[in-house]
Parts: sequence; structure tokens; C-alpha cells
Amino acid sequence: MNELRDTSDVGELIQYIVIKIDDEYYGINIKFIDNIVRMQQITRVPKVDDFLKGVINIRGEIVPVMSIRMKMGLEEDVITDKSRIIILKTEAGDLVGIIVDQVNQVLTLDSKNIEKVRYDDKKGKANATFVSGVGHYDGGLVSILDLDAVVSEKEVKEKASNAS
Amino acid sequence: MDVSQYLSVFLDEAKEHLQSLNDNIMTLEQDPENEDCINEIFRSAHSMKGMAGTMGYTRMQNLTHDMEDVFSDVRAGKIKIKSEMIDILLQCLDAIQGYVDNITENQDEGTEEHQNIIKALGDIRNGTLGSGGGDSAPAADAAPAAESSSGDASAPGVDGSSDYRAIRLEPSVRSTLEEAKNQGKKIYGITVHIMESCILKAARGFLVFKGLEEVGEIAVSEPNTQDIEDEKFDFSFSLILISDEPQEKIVEIVKSVSEVEGCDCGEFDLSAAKGPEEKEEAAAEPAPAAPAPGTATPAAVNTPAPAPAAGGGAKKPVGKPVVNRTVRVDIEKLDVLMNLVSELIIAKNSLISAANSSGVSNGNVNEQIEYLESVTTNLHESVMKVRMVPIESVLQKFPRMIRDLNKTLGKKMELTMTGEDTEMDRTVVDEIGDPLMHLIRNSADHGIESAELRAERGKPEVGQIFLHAFQDGNSVVIEVGDDGNGIDAEAVKNKAIEKGVVTAEQAALLTDKQCVELLFHPGFSTAKQVSEISGRGVGLDVVKSKVESLSGEVSVKTKLGEGSTWVIRLPLTLAIIQALMVIVGQEKYAIPLDSIQSIEDVSPADLKLVENREVINLRGSVTPIVRLNEVLDTESTKAPEDDMVVVIARKGDQQVGLVIDELMGQQEIVIKPLGKYTNKCKLISGATILGDGEIALILDTNSIF
Repeated sequence: MNELRDTSDVGELIQYIVIKIDDEYYGINIKFIDNIVRMQQITRVPKVDDFLKGVINIRGEIVPVMSIRMKMGLEEDVITDKSRIIILKTEAGDLVGIIVDQVNQVLTLDSKNIEKVRYDDKKGKANATFVSGVGHYDGGLVSILDLDAVVSEKEVKEKASNAS
Repeated sequence: MDVSQYLSVFLDEAKEHLQSLNDNIMTLEQDPENEDCINEIFRSAHSMKGMAGTMGYTRMQNLTHDMEDVFSDVRAGKIKIKSEMIDILLQCLDAIQGYVDNITENQDEGTEEHQNIIKALGDIRNGTLGSGGGDSAPAADAAPAAESSSGDASAPGVDGSSDYRAIRLEPSVRSTLEEAKNQGKKIYGITVHIMESCILKAARGFLVFKGLEEVGEIAVSEPNTQDIEDEKFDFSFSLILISDEPQEKIVEIVKSVSEVEGCDCGEFDLSAAKGPEEKEEAAAEPAPAAPAPGTATPAAVNTPAPAPAAGGGAKKPVGKPVVNRTVRVDIEKLDVLMNLVSELIIAKNSLISAANSSGVSNGNVNEQIEYLESVTTNLHESVMKVRMVPIESVLQKFPRMIRDLNKTLGKKMELTMTGEDTEMDRTVVDEIGDPLMHLIRNSADHGIESAELRAERGKPEVGQIFLHAFQDGNSVVIEVGDDGNGIDAEAVKNKAIEKGVVTAEQAALLTDKQCVELLFHPGFSTAKQVSEISGRGVGLDVVKSKVESLSGEVSVKTKLGEGSTWVIRLPLTLAIIQALMVIVGQEKYAIPLDSIQSIEDVSPADLKLVENREVINLRGSVTPIVRLNEVLDTESTKAPEDDMVVVIARKGDQQVGLVIDELMGQQEIVIKPLGKYTNKCKLISGATILGDGEIALILDTNSIF
């Protein structure tokens, strides 16, 4: 997933799926997305971290689903018919689902147009820890999700506690 | 030639040969006259030498060569097996094992020459020659000859000097040839030389035969076809062909087979050919090309060692293990196959529930579904069987280990094993070796008393360690035990207090049995001193956690002064199990059927409180009750005054009652890993996909105790 950060190569075009969480738009590099599925019944797993909503069945594989809202310290998901589960494929090949409020569009960004976020730029925003850069496009700005931070179990705990 | 692609084959075979050498040398120690063993050792050493040579591992080749020499002498009756020899031979095996290990790691055999062992092997041979008295001179001459004829019982011309001119004819063959000659056909003698770098000699030989059989008839070959197929020849073989084709064509056919270095071909002179009765004469020929069979040296002729039989080496040594027709399959391929079977079973379950819910279940559909069900069940069983290997492969190394422990510990011990043919899933067998080894070492080190103490207690001098493996229903049980000291519960208790595992107050409440269980506590070792054998901090807790990671359980039965027995119980398969489906709150859970003792209806009135825990009296035994909805953080759908459905689960001899809301029934389920983030939850060991695509979690009842 380093490519997400190594986007300084001039002129490289990367496709992002733009999703909406709360009132903000985030971009996810399309190459980490395995699948996007509608909300479905999530089987709860007892005695695990709150952000882990449970597991779902994706083509016969058991895939954990987490609430990115809860990880970011936002309030509980409100499931609407626009809610989707984005199935991410980690570098190790594991599948992890994240619940998003809405999937908007596919956006092709030139890596030149992505500004890296420095870590001292967090400005106390809880969700900033999950952002690796900001992309400019005709319509405005989109935060690029740092999937390492989203997916990694350890990071999450630290950051979640920092955030709270 | 690049041989790296054959490395894995080489390593596999080397390991097999090493194991066979180990076993046979151990047998030989008990029974020094066992000819089958000697022959088997000789063959293994010889094959290893050849393999190592082919792969370019010269040091390994040298060592195996010297070992082969020793056995060549033993076979010829010039040396008798003595126990000092066994020690050296075992050292030699360890050294070879060292080479193999090095090669496994970095494809290099290392630089250790093991000169001392080579020298010791040489001493074995020389020592015997010296004691041979007047016979020493011919025996010394015989040695190299015996060496060159090493594989001769089955492989003539080991030194690569097979020659068609030396083929001896049976009368029947001779008459066939004469008849063919009278019919005007040509008779060719052909000697085929295969490149020394060739790995699949047998295959090349087969191709030559196949090619030649298209143009004529092969009257006789040396060695015979069977031996060629079994690779029992070095790098050349000879044959006599009856054909109409010209000589150039024949040569061309032979040379078209790859890795054939060359061939000598000529018209076969029937009148010059020797019959079998002329073998002594053949042997007397000065030509080094004389075929080995029958060239038995005087020393060999007069010995009981199976002298090579005349007639093209057709007679094979007795006791040759029957080679199974097997295919080596990468375990990963089997895993893929197993996964596919799992998918199929899920699909089958889906089909069943789809048929039920859509209401299409008429007689015919049901019949077909039942048929499908039986096919998938059989398929699953077959695939499972393919993955099953006898536990033997793990147990093989233990006799040797006990033998070594005998010496290092200065105790007399004997290991008896039964049920080596018990089969288990390959993954389980691979993992179970270390725990078993630990338990056996434990028995040897802590269990068996010193000789004096045994005598005092009126026990036989030789301590008994046993290992019994057997199948019990859907699980495999392995018992490891000894007739030694048993476990001193008090000593364990004191040690536990000393180590801070339990407080003195807690310890006072423990039963003896619970005390003994403390042994499984992490970091617990009762060895008063750290010895080489056990007590290296790798304690019984490792055994326990390993066994539990294989979904098994371990327990111990012991009686102070009489011995102890460790009982390991493992599931036959890890991937697909029978489970009881239950509902707790709104959620479905699977409980492995293996861990279920019974299912009871319990009235709330029967509940009693003991030490603030709910228990029931179940046919005389007090059974604690666990309300699963509380453990699983969910709401029970039942009113408190309703009768409760209680699943009695067991772990060893303990049992616990799990209160559920509703029973769904029994089902074959495929265990799937839960994936990331969920390992915090010890209650759930996995998940499964139900027929309707829904997920049910699998309860690990062991974690509830």
C-alpha cells in the first residue's frame, strides 16, 4: 500500500473510488478494492472490539466488517439504502470490509494533484490519522484514505485511543 | 547439467533412505545376523551414494561410500556386526543427516568431512581383516571386487561396464534366436550407455526399449526389464534385438532418446554367446567388462550372504519391500482439493435449503439431493483419506531417541509402540511430533527411576515406556506413558507455590488431580536441575497449547510410584466436522458434536447454587451450568420460568452444561477461519456458512471450562 504515499511520481494517473463518510468525501485507490456490496446481514462476533461489526459471507469466504465511523471516533453508522460495504484486499491477501455511508463516483487523479498530509498537520482532527493525502479535482477536494491505518489492527487501537 | 530441479526429489529420497537405514541398523543391533536388514542397509547406502554423487555432494558421497563398503564386507560375511559398530554407524547416519539438513537449508552440503567417522568405518573393515588370519590376503583382494559388484544382486555391471557380448543366453532364448536367424532376421547386440548425469535412468531405459520394440523384438536384456524399470543398473545396459531393420536405423533409434551417451551395436554372434553354465568362465575373463553377476569372489561364495544369482541377475534379494504404486503430490494441491470439496458441501447445503424453502421438494428432487449428499460425503471422505498419513512417520525416530537417552541418562529403558499405522490428517501428523517427543523425553527423564530405586521397588530393571495410538470414533488417541515414578502431586503443588503459579491458600483447596494439571501451567518445570533432556523451559504447557491448537486435548493419569500416562486426543480432520446447530438469542451457533455428551431438558427448579455458581445434579454428577446468552452477550428469547435446553459438553472428564434457547439439529459443517480482528474472542473457534449463505459461529466449548 506504499503506492498510496508514493504518489509523487509526476503524471501517474490513479483511479479512486470516492466514498462519503459523515459529511466528508474520501478516495480509496481502486486497486485495493476487491468488491463493493450492498448492506447485508452482518453476523455479530461476541467479545471483540466495538468497531468490528461482525462477519459476512463473500463468495464463501468469511470476511470481517468494521465500522470506519467508529474507528474515526464518529457516531454509530446509520444504515440507509445508500450504505455499502467496501471489501478491501490487504497486501497479505486478507479481505476486510468497511461500512461507508455512500459510494459516489470513480475519480481519476493525477498524482501531481495529490498533496501529502504531513503528520503535524492533523490539527486535532480525529479522522486525519486515516488520511494520507488530499487530492484536488475540478469539483473540489477529496481526502485519500490511508488504508494501512484503516486496516491495521494495532495502529487502529493506538489511534482510536489517541482520538478519543 | 542443472540438478537443482531434482533437489526436492533428492531430499525426499535421502530422508526416506536415512529413515530406513536408521530402522534397519536398530533392528540389526537386536539381531546382528538379519540378512534382510543387511541387504536393505546396503541398498540404501548404495542408493544414497549414487544420489549424492549425481547431485554433486561429494562429501556425502564419500561417507555413504565408506558405509556401503562396510556393509559390503558384512554381506560377504567378512565382518560380524558388533555393538561398537552400531554406535559408529549411527554416528555416520547423524553425519549424513547433517549433510541433508545443510542441503535442505542452503543447497550446500557444508564442509564437514567427518574424517573421524570415515576412519572409524575404515577401522571396522581393517580390524576384521586383521582377525581374519590366513584368509586376510584373499579377503583384501575380494574387498574391492565385492565393492564393484556391490549392487550386483540386482544391478549387473555397477561400474558401468555392461556389454552385450557378455550376455548369457538361456537355452530357450538361444533357440528363439536361432529360429529367428534361420528366418533371415538379423540379431543385434546393443549396449546402451546413459549419461552419468541422467536422473531418470529408468525412464530413458524404458524409452530405448519402447523405441526398439517398434522395429523388432527384444529377446533378452541385461539387467532384465524389471530391474531396468526399477533403476537397478548404473549407466549402461545391454540387450539382444531381433529385427529386420539395418543396423544404422537401430543405432539412430537408440541415440534419439535424450541423455543417451552412446551405444555399441553389432551383429550378435550366436555361436560365441555363452550359456549360463559357462558363467565361471565368464567371470574368469580378464576383461573388466565382464558382467558382475556370478563373479562372486571366493569369500562371497562361501558365505550365507545371498550370492548373486546367475542368469542376468534375475533373482532379487529376499525381503525387498514391495514398492507401492504411488504418486507424490504437493500437500498444497491437496489443500486446494479439500477447499473445493468444502465449497461443494456448502453448495449442497444451500441446495437443500433452497429446495426446502422454495417448495419444489417433490420426490424426485429429494432423491437427487440425497444422491448428491451421499456423493459429497463420499468425496469428502476420500479426499480426507488422501490427506491421511500413518502416524508412523513421526514415531519412527523415537526408538533411536530412547536408545540415545539410555546412554545419556544412564537408565535402562525400552520403548514399546503400538498403532503406528493409525492414520491422521497430514497437517496434524506434521505438528504432533514435537509434543510426543517431549512427552517421551519427559517419561525418560522424570518418569523412569534410577536402577537402584527400581530394584528397591521391586520393578523390573528395564523401565518401560509405551506409546499407543488408536482411533476412537472421530478422534485419534495417543497415549504416552511409563511404569516409572508417577507424578508426585505434593511436589507439584509445592513447586507451584514456589513459582508463584498458585498461592498457598489456593493450593490447599486443590485436589491431587488439579495439582497434577498445574504441570500444564506455562513456565512450569519440575526438573530439579535443568538437564539436557527436558526442562529447557519448553514445558508441558507447550505440549498443551500445541495439542489445543490442533483442536485436541491432553490429560494425564498418574499413580505415584506406578507410573503415569499422558493421553492426547485429536480430531481426525480439521476442516469438516459434524456439529450441533443451536440458537442462542437471535443467533445461530455450531457446537462440535465431538465435544457434546448429551442434551438435557432441565427445569429451572432443579438449579442449585454452589459457591454462587449454578449447577445441576445430572445423574449423580454435579454439573456447572453456563448460560450461553450471558457468555455471548445476547438476550435469551426464553422466559426464566421456562424449561431450559442444556447441552452437556465435556472436556476430558469434566463436563459443563450450556444453556441454549433452541436446537436446530445436526449438520456437517465446513470450518472457516474468522479472519482478522477476531482472535480476541476465545469463545469462537471459527465460522461456517450455512445452506442459506448465513454465517454461524463455531463455539469452542473448551474455552468455557
